[in-house]
Amino acid sequence: MTKVNQKGPEVTLSPPVDAGNGLKTQEMVVNMGPQHPSTHGVLRMELTLNGEIVTKAVPHIGYLHRCFEKHCEAMNDYNKVVPYVDRMDYVAAMNNEVGYAIAMERLMDIKVNDRVEYIRVIMSELQRIASHLLALGTFGLDIGAFTPFLYCFIEREKVLDIFEKASGARLLYNYIWIGGLMNDVPADFKTDTAAFVKSFRPKIKELNDLLSHNKIFIDRTANVGVLPGKVAINYGVSGPSLRGSGVEWDLRKDDPYSIYDRFEFDVIVGKGEMGTLGDCWDRYIVRVWEMEESLKIIEQALDQMPDEGDVQEAIPKKIRPPAGEIYCRTETPRGELGYYIITDKSTTPFRVKARAPSFVNLSVLPAISVGAMVADMVAIIGSIDIVLGEVDR
Amino acid sequence: MKTAEELYRILTDKFGEGVFELKQDQPVGPWIIVKAEKIRDVAKFLRDEPGLRFDSLMCLSGVHYPKENTLGVTYHLFSTSEKHKLTLKAQMPEDDAHLPTVEQVWKTADWHEREAYDMFGIRFDGHPDHRRILCPDDWEGYPLRKDYQVQEVYRGMKVEY
Repeated sequence: MTKVNQKGPEVTLSPPVDAGNGLKTQEMVVNMGPQHPSTHGVLRMELTLNGEIVTKAVPHIGYLHRCFEKHCEAMNDYNKVVPYVDRMDYVAAMNNEVGYAIAMERLMDIKVNDRVEYIRVIMSELQRIASHLLALGTFGLDIGAFTPFLYCFIEREKVLDIFEKASGARLLYNYIWIGGLMNDVPADFKTDTAAFVKSFRPKIKELNDLLSHNKIFIDRTANVGVLPGKVAINYGVSGPSLRGSGVEWDLRKDDPYSIYDRFEFDVIVGKGEMGTLGDCWDRYIVRVWEMEESLKIIEQALDQMPDEGDVQEAIPKKIRPPAGEIYCRTETPRGELGYYIITDKSTTPFRVKARAPSFVNLSVLPAISVGAMVADMVAIIGSIDIVLGEVDR
Repeated sequence: MKTAEELYRILTDKFGEGVFELKQDQPVGPWIIVKAEKIRDVAKFLRDEPGLRFDSLMCLSGVHYPKENTLGVTYHLFSTSEKHKLTLKAQMPEDDAHLPTVEQVWKTADWHEREAYDMFGIRFDGHPDHRRILCPDDWEGYPLRKDYQVQEVYRGMKVEY
């Protein structure tokens, strides 16, 4: 048997304090996770507690680390990276693929045709809805509301059905390739998507009735985990978590990519309706109304989408981009996903770094959880909406 | 909104010649190379100077250049008010790679610098929590270096994939 010299964690606690009734109180360290249902995977929080108040929270990550970046360098083909980016944020794989494809196309100066652009936009927005539904459903589940979770999943299934028809997969699609798509969408794609948009719109109201304005839910989330806008920017927080703090910031508007400048939609920001600006409820409601905006974009895209067009540009099977580098960012459901790609003249990526939004958003957790109750930690983690596959990469 | 050339001129006016080097003629966008030991002062200046206001660090990445025997750190900066971008690069010798932290300037750098340390072994002087972040604390070697050899056994478990 191998002997393992394992050091225990070094923890410094404040000295015991006399409580005045002959008893002594002292801080306590509690591990929350990695097998805790509210941590959405394998996140471990080391909480230092004073009674039930959190005085310090240290996230420990890396349980899912498989060094995606090293894998990319081992691929001798840029196209082979696409399935790997799927597995970062596995509940929003389409958005990951779009980001990577756009970065590579900018680097190689490829212009894809309009049909591909429209399909990509529709796919990303459908994926945003699916991802937000999962985020909202599981957030409710964390707080103790079981029913909305099932309602959300019914709708999410419909989106996954559309994806399955187009790509053959329900979760990890490998559908958006450099220079185009894997294959064209099926003939009934437009009618399917339009039918989904029509059926889904009333469901947002249903969700609001069921969860958003539920008294217990508001009590659990309002005024909890308040993140001021300035702090959020300094920490690099992005996506709905940033907009929940009242910062009007959306890469689809502020640093436009693809064809997002052709659509009319609003950037949803938190307003502090139920409590302080930037609390958990604000982050939650931003996601709810973003689904409505995504529906608007999908409707416009379906109207404008051309019926003709080759979905794969004529690019060589083995891509050989010019030597150079690019940092390209796109808006995924969780925020700013950036790819920093360095190429040499070979067919192997020299370096692919993903700036994962969940990774950056999670880093703000120690700052906003001090002073919260242990039960509120569940709400705070849920409201940031992390996917551990992307945090650990 | 300022271009890289304008930013380069502002920076050389402030910090003097010999600290920066402007690299143009790249396929996508120019970048500025900065002396590693100056990075913290430069970062603070870039964040606080009116007209520059780089309040957001989009990305901080470590890079290993085996041909030059150097390790590099790339900073992608963005200003949410002025809407301009800047790519800064610092390079260090492979065997003694360390540079000042920018964690106090942008909090984003906290975890990103830990990641760069974890993956490349670049040390960030003055970082308040200088630990590995993704690999276990007792992992050997720096996985993203090009000459990395994975350890055969970790805590009695065979490391193989």
